[in-house]
Amino acid sequence: MAETSIIPDETETRAKWGDFAFTPANLKQAKIIIARYPAGRQRSAVMPLLDLAQRQVGAETQTQGWLPVPVIEYVAAMLDMPYMRAYEVATFYTMYNLAPVGRFHVQVCGTTPCLLRGSDDVMAACKNKGMNKGKTTPDGLFTLTEVECMGNCSSAPMVQINDDNYEDLDFDSMTSILETLAAGEQPKPGTQLPGRHTVEPQGGPTTLKEMVGKNHDYRGDW
Amino acid sequence: MSLADKDRIFTNVYGYQPWNLKAAQRRGDWDKTKDLMKVGQDAIIDEIKASNLRGRGGAGFPTGLKWSFMPKAPTAERPSFLVINADESEPGSCKDREIIRHDPHKLIEGALIAGYAMRARAAYIYIRGEYIREAETLFAAVQEAYDAGLIGKNAAKSGYDFDVFVHRGAGAYICGEETAMLESLEGKKGQPRLKPPFPAGAGLYGCPTTVNNVESIAVVPTILRRGAAWFNGFGRENNRGTKLFQISGHVERPCVVEEAMSIPFSELIEKHCGGIRGGRDNLLAVIPGGSSVPLVPASEIWDAPMDFDGLKAVGSGLGTAAVIVMDKSTDIVQAISRLSYFYKHESCGQCTPCREGTGWMWRVMEKMRVGDADIGDIDTLYEVTKQVEGHTICALGDAAAWPIQGLIKHFRPEMERRIIERKGSDKMMEAAE
Repeated sequence: MAETSIIPDETETRAKWGDFAFTPANLKQAKIIIARYPAGRQRSAVMPLLDLAQRQVGAETQTQGWLPVPVIEYVAAMLDMPYMRAYEVATFYTMYNLAPVGRFHVQVCGTTPCLLRGSDDVMAACKNKGMNKGKTTPDGLFTLTEVECMGNCSSAPMVQINDDNYEDLDFDSMTSILETLAAGEQPKPGTQLPGRHTVEPQGGPTTLKEMVGKNHDYRGDW
Repeated sequence: MSLADKDRIFTNVYGYQPWNLKAAQRRGDWDKTKDLMKVGQDAIIDEIKASNLRGRGGAGFPTGLKWSFMPKAPTAERPSFLVINADESEPGSCKDREIIRHDPHKLIEGALIAGYAMRARAAYIYIRGEYIREAETLFAAVQEAYDAGLIGKNAAKSGYDFDVFVHRGAGAYICGEETAMLESLEGKKGQPRLKPPFPAGAGLYGCPTTVNNVESIAVVPTILRRGAAWFNGFGRENNRGTKLFQISGHVERPCVVEEAMSIPFSELIEKHCGGIRGGRDNLLAVIPGGSSVPLVPASEIWDAPMDFDGLKAVGSGLGTAAVIVMDKSTDIVQAISRLSYFYKHESCGQCTPCREGTGWMWRVMEKMRVGDADIGDIDTLYEVTKQVEGHTICALGDAAAWPIQGLIKHFRPEMERRIIERKGSDKMMEAAE
């Protein structure tokens, strides 16, 4: 199970987030989400709504966002479910932050396929920039977490920073990504290997070469 | 004989071309879907049975047979559901991601046809939370299909009403287990249910449900278009069809590639990955099917056919065909210990042998990594893996036990060497004091 975070002081949290409510746009989105599930099964929407709420907190705090207790209560009330059931969900799944994080949540994959391709170097690049596992940098810019397999194994090692993946990393490319983010710019997501498109063998695909240049229809050869 | 490009199902697997509906239709998706459905529900199930398609999520259960367990006449009060497992989290696996972000319409069309065949009212696609951009693509592709009338009321003008919903997870490996996925879809912690009842009897919201992997569903339209005999033409008996292989680790060029089942390991690696880093002689071991299957040493894997039976014969399994290659520079004990950490992290905490055992096994593995143990501890570790295996509700306990068992089976001398070396250096330290 996930390592538990230190839950921030509740009085302070309540003072700041006690009157949390979805923005009109998010409220509209919440209704769309709830409609995906059968009537009376609105509790199914707890995961997407917690995500939506975390993103709103993120937008308001200029971070990746987190889930203060009153926010979880708000979502639970909206879905007519006991607070504890929503809290259980928030603590069970690793993507819900139970404590504030930085502007950029740097999640370095350290599972074996990434380990074999040099995730230690990626981690070292983060530490070289003053980051420590489980901590946020003093300027509030970066929070570093080591995460488990993110499913980018054929373009390992990788890191997920907020909503984007950066793949085929080494010490230098990771350093450059962190510097670009710190400068307020958006690095190129995806593979960092020059000439690689996605998960084809580097240097060009060994199969389906017609697809590189045009949207080939292979049915003519059936 | 190698698989020809014309026989590859996922032609846009690398995403050189757009994923959108228009581009997908030009590649052949959603072409006369109505006619594929016209043959009738039982005929579709029979065709999939005849194709010998086995589930692509790891267990390899025959897909057509699974569908046939669903009730033939569901009621409005108790509708049937198709749940598509896109919670791809097995270390090494990265194929469903490519289907979803580059060929999502194959999945959505497959959902409609499979859902129709099993008489389901709707499909829920459960995509892992970390696939954020991939989920954005999937949401957009589903919307495109709705806008074009391909799903929803009178889907693809077939006369059948069918909805497709996307549900995002939030970071829990265990939700890839089918009953944990159903719990999670119902808005709970993802803790597996006891079986029976099986999902086909009582699944999502207590209704009949079939859970299928993304790849199993996405290949269905092409199988129906080209016929069961075509799909049966690839691979050995009992291991038919084409498959997305995902090669990671110490090969020259890691990649995802669709190949015929039963392709020998050596051919897969040399044709598509530029061979083992440092040459064939530098190969140490391979985990051929994702982290949950035992490793296979170099000598046994080289000529093995990459299919269910071929890898079973070398004491491992095909799993999701996620091939993790390790060369001789690998600290093999560390590589397996890191997997033990993964299982410790991902244990849902429901069953005691797994909750306690995964942590214990990881701690002992970390000792083994540096040789801080006694020779007899290797046997104790093995015994504990045997006590976890088969004593839990779901297979996560087994999955945590097998990599360690594989390590002990094949690399016991290496583990012993570390222990003896450390003991030797301890003695030297004592003498120096």
